[in-house]
Amino acid sequence: MTIEPYDSGDLPEHKPRRSDVDPKAAKRAERQVGFLFIASGLASAAFIVAYIVTPVDKEMPLPGFGSTNASNLLLGITMGLALFLIGAAAIHWAKKLMPDVEVVQERSPESSEAEHRDALLDEYRRGIDESGVKRRPFILGSMAAALGLAGLPAVVLLRDLGPLPADALTKTMWERGMHILIAETEQKIRPEDMQVGTLISAVPEGIDLVMEEAGNLNELAKSAVMLIRMDPAEIVADQTPEGKEPWSYEGILCFSKICTHVGCPLGLYEQLTHHMLCPCHQSTFDLADAGNVIFGPSSRSLPQLAITVDEDGYLIAREGFAEPVGPSFWERG
Amino acid sequence: MSTSKVEQAGGAGYLWVDDRVPASKYLKKQLGKVFPDHWSFMLGEIALYSFIILLLSGTFLSLWFKPSMIEVVYDGSYLPLNGVKMSEAYASTLDISFDIRGGLLMRQIHHWGALFFVAAISVHLLRVFFTGAFRKPRETNWIIGVTLLTLALLEGFAGYSLPDDLLSGTGLRIAQGIMLSLPVVGSYVSFFVFGGEFPGTDFIPRLYTVHVLLVPGIILALITVHLMLVWFQKHTQFPGPGRTQRNVVGYPLFPVYAAKAGGFFFVVFGVTALMGGLFQINPIWLYGPYIPDQITAGSQPDWYIGWLDGALRLMPNIEIVFFGQWNLMLNVLVPAVIVPGIIFTAMALYPFIEQWATGDKTHHHLLDRPRNAPTRTAIGAMSLSFYVLLWIQGGNDLIANTFKINIFVITWTLRIAIFVVPPLVFVITKRICFGLQRRDRDKLLHGYESGIIKRLPNGKYYEQHQPISPEERAVLLARAEAPLPLPMPEKYDANGIKQKGYGVKKLQSRLSHFFYNEQVPMPTAAEIEEGNHHESELTAERNYEIDDARTKALAPHE
Ligand code: FES
Repeated sequence: MTIEPYDSGDLPEHKPRRSDVDPKAAKRAERQVGFLFIASGLASAAFIVAYIVTPVDKEMPLPGFGSTNASNLLLGITMGLALFLIGAAAIHWAKKLMPDVEVVQERSPESSEAEHRDALLDEYRRGIDESGVKRRPFILGSMAAALGLAGLPAVVLLRDLGPLPADALTKTMWERGMHILIAETEQKIRPEDMQVGTLISAVPEGIDLVMEEAGNLNELAKSAVMLIRMDPAEIVADQTPEGKEPWSYEGILCFSKICTHVGCPLGLYEQLTHHMLCPCHQSTFDLADAGNVIFGPSSRSLPQLAITVDEDGYLIAREGFAEPVGPSFWERG
Repeated sequence: MSTSKVEQAGGAGYLWVDDRVPASKYLKKQLGKVFPDHWSFMLGEIALYSFIILLLSGTFLSLWFKPSMIEVVYDGSYLPLNGVKMSEAYASTLDISFDIRGGLLMRQIHHWGALFFVAAISVHLLRVFFTGAFRKPRETNWIIGVTLLTLALLEGFAGYSLPDDLLSGTGLRIAQGIMLSLPVVGSYVSFFVFGGEFPGTDFIPRLYTVHVLLVPGIILALITVHLMLVWFQKHTQFPGPGRTQRNVVGYPLFPVYAAKAGGFFFVVFGVTALMGGLFQINPIWLYGPYIPDQITAGSQPDWYIGWLDGALRLMPNIEIVFFGQWNLMLNVLVPAVIVPGIIFTAMALYPFIEQWATGDKTHHHLLDRPRNAPTRTAIGAMSLSFYVLLWIQGGNDLIANTFKINIFVITWTLRIAIFVVPPLVFVITKRICFGLQRRDRDKLLHGYESGIIKRLPNGKYYEQHQPISPEERAVLLARAEAPLPLPMPEKYDANGIKQKGYGVKKLQSRLSHFFYNEQVPMPTAAEIEEGNHHESELTAERNYEIDDARTKALAPHE
């Protein structure tokens, strides 16, 4: 417990400032304050000039920072000064010229006095009594029910915020025979076009149309894949199920590009180790070993897309993804 | 009515108001209201002013920003992106940055302001915590403060996400992945929030309403209540000469405090504007529009989201599958939902936890010096170290690149450190606090060490001690001696019947021991008297007598 009231002594004696005793010093402080206000006004004027004079797209050198947008720099400095100087003036004024004697004020009582509390209680009881809720419980009960139910429509109204997931999280547009296009050029690709060691971002053929029809980028957010070619001897394993045609083709593997952690697109490929690192939280997948997680927070291997070539030698999907791509979710299975 | 002084002074306008809302008596009292002065009391002010700056600059931005995900082809002043397909949101942000005079400035002021806002709230919260300002009667204001911090984080993240650039889109993708991880309802939540699959076209307009109306509205309302409570309960103050539990010492609202606080608003605004003019922030045109299959390496969220990002990076990859069909993504849930949930709940409840452990039901208007509440200070330092570790992990890729350390090594080090460092910090902080308390006690008893060595006629050396100043004395005397830990309850009463609520009482006693198992006793008035007396002679060896009651209370039980 505090030693209450502890002996805190008396307020220290007030020491007069120079401006309190020396009229000259006070006058000087007055001038300083006025000058700061005037300087602020000048900065405001300068802001308007800068606004009118400086073209919005002019670059200007800023020593130490390279170059910067001239309009932004000048507007920022003038506006900043205009505001800052007002503040500086006001604080200077308060510190130098307004009284700096500390004032003591008693705190108000910590709680209401008992008689007031009691009076309030009486008043409250009178109200309860007059309303008669105690004698007529039926009213209270039905009111509670009505209020409770009145909240429900508000919740129900939110139902149309979005459709139910249905199979949207488990299906992508990839299906048997679909060409694999280079994401950047939207061109089909032959195995010969890929050297060992390369990685190419790719998308399913026709994704543009799908997205245009839908008017959104949803398909890209799940169908994006990457093609990687490595020396077949270096592939430890891929995800081909036993007894099935191989999912990779002459050392070319195709994996989902969407990280199985929380869905960032993958980005940092280390050619030598075949490690794919997610820039978001560093989940690391070994693409030469069935896309397994070797480090980081992700708990699932990257889904692999089974590929082969069509009769013209272009890479195609052998079939759609065998499992959902992207982040895991409750009913994923 | 005779002509009042007000009329003579030309206050007809005021009279008009006062004739309708008679408030003169009330206002008279308020103009003279006293506010204590301390630099750390300005932290909350910075938060408030930043919020006003955000409202002003945000309103400006809203005049041009188009919260829409409809695809357009850009043709504005920023040539590198000419002809590129992008959302209207991103295109209009480019327009604000390149085609509207002062637009870039306002964007940068808005962004810097947001960073200051969260930073000021956070540091203000630390100040309030470590000085015990949250104690009775201010628990409600503490809870409002914690809520404001949460909302500020949310609001910041929402604003960061609106421009629909590559970085913000990636952030949203992560947020959506976190939503998916919620047990049972995850995919539904995600579909309702995004109006279907990610990214869809509904989200930015929805987020915009949340960002400019819903959350700021709640923040504004809470700030109002927060300030009303500060006003009504009067500000706390640090101990010092003449400052007691029962008074407030400082400057009257009008004119000194008004001039200082009002001036400070302009200073904060001015500095933010200078930052906006001088330092580039969030140059979204360099990131490009959001495209779901693209990413930039080394992308970082704003500083205040770093700890969450770090938590996600830190967590090992544990996912549990029930009956082969239901997945519990602990690797996401723990860092993104469970741990933050626990942290914020514990933070909000802390005043009540401490009160329960101490049984202290009294009002507190004098602030604690952190050293005088060792357990609380240690808890705070421990939590802070936990936060900082997560925050460091949030930048592990930057650290790896800068210092050429293997990123796996960093992550593993931090995985271990997160369990080892906070408890260490707890123990060390507590020790430091007690050390400081002992020093304070010495000072009260013997004055401070002057560094002057004197020799007595009998050949002995001693260091001369000087009495401390009355200011310091007042501060040192204000230490509240901690109560004795609550005794362990008896399991059975006299009749051998098990006590009701035994378990709860036992927990309370445990907690109480955790808080108060140790303390440096305050010297009594007599001791101080005697100590000062003694000082003219030799500085005695200082032994602390531990009073009997305490010894008993600390004796091992069970
Ligand atoms: S999204 Fe890839 S590691 Fe988190």
